[in-house]
Amino acid sequence: MPEVTYVATDGSERKVEVPQGRSVMHGAIQNGVRGIEAECGGVLSCATCHVYVDPEWVDRLDPPSEDEEDMLSNTAAERRPGSRLSCQIEVTDDLNGLRVQIPETQS
Amino acid sequence: MSDGLVVLGASYAGVQIAVSARESGYEGPIAILGDEAELPYQRPPLSKGYLSGKVDDATLPLRSAGFYEEYRIKLHLGTAATAVDRRGRAVVLADGTEHRFDRLAFATGSRARTLSLPGADLDGVYTLRSLADARQLLAAMRTAERAVVVGGGYIGLEVASTLVTAGCQVTVLEASDRLLSRAAAPPLAAFVTEAHRSRGVEVVTGVQATRLLGEAGRVTSVESTDHVSRPANLVLVAAGAIPNGELAVASGLACDQTAIIVDACGRTNEPEVLAAGDCAATRQGAAVLRLESIQNATDQGRAAGKAVAGRAEEHPVVPWFWSDQYELKLQMAGLVAGYDRHVIRGRTDSGRFGIYYFRAGRLIAVDTVNKPGEHLTARKLVASPAGITPEAAADESVNLRSFLKAAQPAS
Repeated sequence: MPEVTYVATDGSERKVEVPQGRSVMHGAIQNGVRGIEAECGGVLSCATCHVYVDPEWVDRLDPPSEDEEDMLSNTAAERRPGSRLSCQIEVTDDLNGLRVQIPETQS
Repeated sequence: MSDGLVVLGASYAGVQIAVSARESGYEGPIAILGDEAELPYQRPPLSKGYLSGKVDDATLPLRSAGFYEEYRIKLHLGTAATAVDRRGRAVVLADGTEHRFDRLAFATGSRARTLSLPGADLDGVYTLRSLADARQLLAAMRTAERAVVVGGGYIGLEVASTLVTAGCQVTVLEASDRLLSRAAAPPLAAFVTEAHRSRGVEVVTGVQATRLLGEAGRVTSVESTDHVSRPANLVLVAAGAIPNGELAVASGLACDQTAIIVDACGRTNEPEVLAAGDCAATRQGAAVLRLESIQNATDQGRAAGKAVAGRAEEHPVVPWFWSDQYELKLQMAGLVAGYDRHVIRGRTDSGRFGIYYFRAGRLIAVDTVNKPGEHLTARKLVASPAGITPEAAADESVNLRSFLKAAQPAS
C-alpha cells in the first residue's frame, strides 16, 4: 500500500499507509493525523485540508482543478508553491513516499 | 477521581466537544454515548454521494477507532440514553447501566419529522437521517420507478436529484409556496426549482400530502391537497427535523420546545451542562435561532469543548452550509433572513454565479453556485466590518479579495 508522510509544524513525521484510490485527506483523517480538519469531508467546500506538498513531489501530481485553484487563494494559512487541498490528491502506487507538510492553521 | 465529561450523542457535535475539550487541556475522563452502533460518521454524503455510489462505507467514519484511543475518549455505542439525573450526576442507558459525570454535554442531534397521515407507516415510506436510513433508502432505490418526495428542503431535493438521475420518475411535494422556504431566499430557490424541473422532476408547491395508499402493506400512491393521486413505490418524507432535547427538558434545563438554549460558548443555564449542534439553539433578542449544519455542530461543539476545559471564549462565526444537487454545488454563507436587496454576480444561465444579499446596505449573506473559491471569499466578506457595496459585488471586473485586504491589513 502506498505510504504518505505527514510532517507536522514542529517537524515531527507521521507515516501512514493509504489505500490506492483514497485521498491524502482520507489517510490523515482515518489515522488521526492532527492539523487536517476536513470539515466538509472532502467535497471541495471548506479548504480545511490544506497541505504543502514537498517540492520534489509537486510536479508529479495532477495539477489542481480551477475550483481547487480558486480555493487555494482562500486558505487560512498562507498559500505557497506546494499548496494543495489534500482531499483532491488521490493516492496511487506512483505516489508511494509522498511527503506533505501540515500548515499552522486550517480555519 | 473525577467522573469526567459525558457527551450524549456521537456525531459531529459530540465528537467535536470531546476533541476540543481534550485539545484545550481537559485531563479528566471523557465518554461519548451514542445510540447507533457505527463509529461516528459523516452525514452529508448520506443524501448525496452515498446514494449515487460515489461514497462508500469505508470513507464515512469521522475518525478512526485509534484516534479516540489516542485522545483517551471512550466510546459507548449502540445503546440509547433513557434518563439524565442531573442532581445525581448520572446518565442512565437503555441497558440499565449508569454513567456518572461532573460535566455533561448534550449533542443529541435531531430526528426526521414524520407524517401523521393515514398510510404513513406503509412499507416503502422512508426518512433519512442515519446511515441505517440511507442503507434502506439505497436498497429501495434499486427497484424504485416512481418516487414522491414529501418536502422541498435540501435533503428532499438532494435525494430527488439522485433519484431522477438514476432514471426514476420523481415528484417533490412542498407544502409552502416555494422550495427551500426555510433554508434559502427566493432567488436561489427559483434557480434550484428550475434546475429540478429542467431535469424532469415534477415540483409541486403549495400542496400537502393527505393520504398514502398501499397494497399488501406497501405504498402505491400518494394523495394530496391538489386532488391528485400520484403513483409511487418509494416515498421519502423529508419534512424537516425535530431537535432531540427531550432528556434535557425532563432534566429541567432551559429549552425552547425541545431545543436546548445555549449561550455563545455552548453553555446551558446550568453551569456543568453544555449543548451543541442540531439539538441546541441560541437566543437572538426575542427570537431563537437553531441551525442544522455541520458548520454549526462543529463550531458550537468546539466552543462547548473549550468551555469544559475552562477556556470559554466567544468567537463570532459566519454560518455556512452546502448542498450538492446534480452537477450543482450550492454554498450558502451568512444568514439571509431580513435582506432587503440582492444582486447577482455572474450569469445564472452559466451555472456559475453568486447571489449577494444586503440589509440596509450591509452584506449579510452570499449564495454561490459552482463557485467554491468565491464562497470562501464571501464568508470573509460577510464577516468583514468594511463589507462591500451591492454595485461592487455585482461587477465581475471587481476583485472581491481586494475588499478583504482593505478591511483586514493585519491578516
